[in-house]
Amino acid sequence: MGNSLSPLTLSIIGFGAIGQGVATIVQNVPQIKVVAIADSKGVALMPDLKDVLARKRGGQPIANSNLTALDVIRTIDHDVVVEVTPTNIHGGEPGLTHVREALKNKRNVVTSNKGPLVAAFDELTQLAYTNGVALRYEATVGGAMPIVNLIRDTLAGARVLDIRGVLNGTCNYILTRMAEEALDYDQVLSEAQDMGIAEADPTYDVTGIDTACKVVILANAFFGRSATFADVDVTGIDRITQDALQLARQRGFAVKLVGDVQELTVSPKLVPIGHPLNVSGTLNAASILTDTAGEITVAGKGAGSIETASAILSDILSVMRDRS
Amino acid sequence: MRISMDLELKDTPGQLMHVLTPISDLGGNITSVVHHHDKKTFRNTVPVSVILEIDEQTLGELQDGLEQNGVTIVRVGKMRLRATTHILLIGHIIHTDLRDTIDEIDATGFAEVQDLSLSMPAIDGPSSAVITIMATGDKELKTSIGILRQIAERKDLLIIEPLDERGSPGGTSNGE
Repeated sequence: MGNSLSPLTLSIIGFGAIGQGVATIVQNVPQIKVVAIADSKGVALMPDLKDVLARKRGGQPIANSNLTALDVIRTIDHDVVVEVTPTNIHGGEPGLTHVREALKNKRNVVTSNKGPLVAAFDELTQLAYTNGVALRYEATVGGAMPIVNLIRDTLAGARVLDIRGVLNGTCNYILTRMAEEALDYDQVLSEAQDMGIAEADPTYDVTGIDTACKVVILANAFFGRSATFADVDVTGIDRITQDALQLARQRGFAVKLVGDVQELTVSPKLVPIGHPLNVSGTLNAASILTDTAGEITVAGKGAGSIETASAILSDILSVMRDRS
Repeated sequence: MRISMDLELKDTPGQLMHVLTPISDLGGNITSVVHHHDKKTFRNTVPVSVILEIDEQTLGELQDGLEQNGVTIVRVGKMRLRATTHILLIGHIIHTDLRDTIDEIDATGFAEVQDLSLSMPAIDGPSSAVITIMATGDKELKTSIGILRQIAERKDLLIIEPLDERGSPGGTSNGE
């Protein structure tokens, strides 16, 4: 690792919306130097960020070498691997190998990829510990909304008793629109897909899988569990009717998809209209119950490339601070 | 309705019969009897607490009957359903026998379905309902939610429960 006077060097593994968001915002941070960017086709070494971003947006290849992402992770000397490939909940690949190899090669890892953490949380945190490097994952839960570092750093003195949250912006958008505009589920889903809020295949979000992954990560990080996806009791939002939402509303409730970390459950819940977890649109919110600080609720943007990149940058800067 | 009574009996054998017989004769149903032998009063009587179900109209007659039998009535309380919650159900609520769903809750004796609003958009489409359940206490409410959860699973209905209030599991959370 370089000394504290030299710039922090990093690679960006994965160049979708989040990878591009990271490249965009680190342009404004002079202490950070990007040594390589890998997309699914190849690797750009010592990239000019502006140029690479323009090429990617124009649909042109970014690669300027014959290296693979794994070559970069293993052989190029740098401080931080930013692993932002898409989440794969079935085994976590290719992210899991990226993270594992990075840690073995004593590189710090900052990731937004839930797959590796859901598949092998204990192994990876242990690997980071034995190699004396950091594994940071604020961006895996709640996008820009601070929660992992909030609990770990700011609430360090308090014991966390439970965390409950509205942790999926797509579901929250759908439920909010259905309730407010009296629209059917299918119609709002199509609208969300048009707007890029929902994927073409929305299963991962609407059946609660994404929320369950976040619950697993928080349970392992803060409750010492060794939970995996299979341990979570999951019910999604795909059976909810707008009639049900209207009936709930008449009695003073909104319906939200709530992940409960202590219980390891994900299910739609009736949330009183005035409750702090009743956030609308694509917002995320989390309520942290502690022994000494009582209940603390945070809310923020749960998705979006720049928003998620902001959480990644916060982790990168923490690594940089710890290094000096 | 559910009634709780605090009574005092003479400390001689056979006294409890003077309490149970009038209740039985008037069609009352006893839920609980506690004989406080250890808390004998200075009048040398034994306090007894009784909880029973009886028609409200018959309550006066019962009190008369007890007094004629020499039983001292210290207090009579009508137990109200104190805890309330709302539950959403989505699915084929009518086809899976709504009456039966309500009866299972009412049959507990400690909880009842107080209100039900139903929305049926299409003959074959899923219906939505919001059910208001009242129970004698938070614990009973939680038990009745558990019963409803089992019914929902059996009938393949989606059940949406209120967020538990911190520190009072079961949720008397009431947005009204």
